[in-house]
Amino acid sequence: MNSHVTWKAASAAAEETDVIRLADVRRRFGETAALDGVTLTVRRGEILGIIGRSGAGKSTLIRCLNGLERPDSGTIEIEGREITGLGEADLQPLRRRIGMIFQHFNLLSAKTVEENVALPLKIEGWPKAKRLARAAELLELVGLSGKAKAYPSELSGGQKQRVGIARALAAKPALLLSDEATSALDPETTRSILTLLKDINRKLGLTILLITHEMEVVRGIADRVTVLDAGRVVEEGPVWQVFSRPQAETTRSLLSSIRPQLPAHIADKLTADVGGEAILGIDIAGPAATGPLFEGLSQEFPGGYRLNHGGVDHIQEQAVGRFFLAVPADKAASLASYVERLGAQVEVLGHVADHA
Amino acid sequence: MSPIMLELLVRSLWETVVMTAASGIISLVFGLPLGLALVATARGGIAENLWINRVLGAVINGFRSVPFIILLVALIPVTRLIVGTSIGTWAAIVPLSIAATPYYARIAEVSLREVDRGLIEAVRAMGGNRWTIVREVLIPEALPGIVAGFTVTLVTLIGASAMAGAIGAGGLGDLAIRYGYQRFETSVMVAVVAVLIVMVCGIQWIGDRWVAKLDHRS
Repeated sequence: MNSHVTWKAASAAAEETDVIRLADVRRRFGETAALDGVTLTVRRGEILGIIGRSGAGKSTLIRCLNGLERPDSGTIEIEGREITGLGEADLQPLRRRIGMIFQHFNLLSAKTVEENVALPLKIEGWPKAKRLARAAELLELVGLSGKAKAYPSELSGGQKQRVGIARALAAKPALLLSDEATSALDPETTRSILTLLKDINRKLGLTILLITHEMEVVRGIADRVTVLDAGRVVEEGPVWQVFSRPQAETTRSLLSSIRPQLPAHIADKLTADVGGEAILGIDIAGPAATGPLFEGLSQEFPGGYRLNHGGVDHIQEQAVGRFFLAVPADKAASLASYVERLGAQVEVLGHVADHA
Repeated sequence: MSPIMLELLVRSLWETVVMTAASGIISLVFGLPLGLALVATARGGIAENLWINRVLGAVINGFRSVPFIILLVALIPVTRLIVGTSIGTWAAIVPLSIAATPYYARIAEVSLREVDRGLIEAVRAMGGNRWTIVREVLIPEALPGIVAGFTVTLVTLIGASAMAGAIGAGGLGDLAIRYGYQRFETSVMVAVVAVLIVMVCGIQWIGDRWVAKLDHRS
């Protein structure tokens, strides 16, 4: 009973302390609206991924959060404090509460690794010995203890981004902003950097907002995802849900590289004319996707379907399945309703005349 | 070469060194802030002010377009006001500095402008103010170019100081003209040229070594 009350109090407090709250934020550059009424919240301790194509307004959005860019209208609250009206002098202390990492790392070439990491503390006025001690701590956290005296030019891309992360964490920020932090890295290094960010999120309880154009990044570490298109939020939700049932066209197209797609040679033969075989696209996610789907199908429709393509992925420990089945046209409706009863989403993509 | 000539050569060398060093330091002290001001007030700079930027640019261009030998004479009233006299080594330092400051300001401007904007953004994002950006980003990141530019300025000043003989400033150039050219003392001319070559090479070598030590960019 007691613990229940405590938990409720804690969750209420957590609701109070959304780290970021944006309401109807707009920003125009000449004729184009970079942000066209964005409303979103970032909760304490979560990793929110903001994804969109280039030009969707992601960079403008992230730059608005630490006051590097000013919105034309709307409100931006950081830890409950409205920042849109703040002047440069008031923004400076706020920015110290927000760490930021960049696509091109932005390390100072004339400073050693430890001096780079200690720079935010120098700005805060820490004495030298103290800030170098803190830098050493952070370099250990990111696994670069041996490189304290090296210059950034001596490091690989992945190591540079680790230094960038250490620097962003130096002043113990409440929030970490990541601006395409892995876009300049190869896939293997990307994975190691994402793992590091996830570790930091867990260990320090640090809230992370990352913007990216790569679904892999969101899939790898985000808890929730917000899809941005032409300055508007077109879709948002827990990553596994958005990945299993993308609603917006932008989301579908961004997901196309990492979700199974109907093979092109079959897609080419699809017609609207009923007959031959129907091609069904099936999305199934969460608990439903761990059930005996194919076993049931085989019993109900013996010899009546063929798996063309598809598979099950696991996102945030949830199974997310997507399959393409070829079914005789006359059985398509009954098979579809059977699968829907299991909790799947079925779409008849079209028909092919002959054996696909 | 006679001992008297040798003594003259040493004295001239000293005069050249004094003129170059003093006007070099003055042009550094005034030219670097001027270069910073040009970069800071330019479009998208950390203290954007296009009006100030244009005025500064016009003044610098004005001074830079006047040939040094004319500046030397035209500035005589100014020199007299500052030094008290319009002839001699110290008097030459005034026009030399006034010519070298805008020259160095332009060189510094180029180096400062090439500093990656992302670095300025990063320091702004960690809560740095303009002064932090100047101290931690602009100056240290542009330092190799600032030093290389200073080397070029010193070498240019050695050349320009040769003309300062026109207002009785002495120096190696003056010696070469009066003895080497007008009195046909070829040995003096050769000695002066040799000393100048050694001086220029020495400055360039020290400058290059220093830049190599400072540059960690790649």
